[in-house]
Amino acid sequence: MTAYTATVTVRLKRGVLDPEAETTQRALSRLGFEVGALRSADRYEIDLDADSNEAAAERAEEMAERLLANPTIHDYEVVVTDR
Amino acid sequence: MIAVVQFGGSNCDRDAVRALDHLGLDARRVWHEDGLPADTDGILLPGGFSYGDYLRAGAMAARSPVMADVRARAEEGVPVLGVCNGAQIGCEARLTPGAFTTNRSARFQCEHVHLRVENANTPWTPTYEAGEIISLPIAHGEGRFEIAEEKLADLEAENRILFRYCDATGETTEAANPNGSTDNVAGVSGERDTTAVLMPHPERATLPYLSDGTDGHGILEGFAAGRGR
Repeated sequence: MTAYTATVTVRLKRGVLDPEAETTQRALSRLGFEVGALRSADRYEIDLDADSNEAAAERAEEMAERLLANPTIHDYEVVVTDR
Repeated sequence: MIAVVQFGGSNCDRDAVRALDHLGLDARRVWHEDGLPADTDGILLPGGFSYGDYLRAGAMAARSPVMADVRARAEEGVPVLGVCNGAQIGCEARLTPGAFTTNRSARFQCEHVHLRVENANTPWTPTYEAGEIISLPIAHGEGRFEIAEEKLADLEAENRILFRYCDATGETTEAANPNGSTDNVAGVSGERDTTAVLMPHPERATLPYLSDGTDGHGILEGFAAGRGR
């Protein structure tokens, strides 16, 4: 078994309205920053032991499917690194 | 007995029991860890902030052990109604399609809204007529109904949209859409019409001494209408 960290990034699908991101963008503008579109995402860093990088990624994907993301509104990506 | 499932952070469970009592329906609060009693013949998932809305509203409660039991009963045809946070839980548990997420305004909104009854031929709407306009309170920060376009078309074709936000004349305008819900959808049913969710609060518009109206009672009476369907 090898120690890995799986980083799961969950973001709204393209086209799904993100009022929190829009509010944040407006606040940045108010502070004087010139900004274009702003997108927000949630990131989960999960330490786990697995036989291989692929096995760790498979488990992290299942976690995203079953809990971390809501497939109706979210896309997600998984990146696994050695720990 | 209608089980009103109480999670940590539920806060409309007492209101729901009181409203159901008023309608002569036997209802009891059931702590989620205790499981559903054997004599459960209806399930109400109440409003509130279960698990502090961690991750997403309803996400944690939807994956709690009691929900496997709720799903099994729902598949047997036991009426299941999710209200507000209960609606978020129902969608997160995939008892009903779509998802409820952050209001277009990014604010918590607490107000009365008009709803148009889209399908009067369900257990939850027999006391209404199709196209009837009713008034119910909303109180939510994450009530914007999102669903993929093709799935919305399926829902429409299968007559599973129960309520839409509308103005006082019944027009489903953007201005009358309090949270930016896709196609003004406020409530939908699951694969069986005995399972349904909605963001507005029927239990807050049932007791005559409590609210500006009692338009919500017909929805709660669905627990009687839905039995044995």
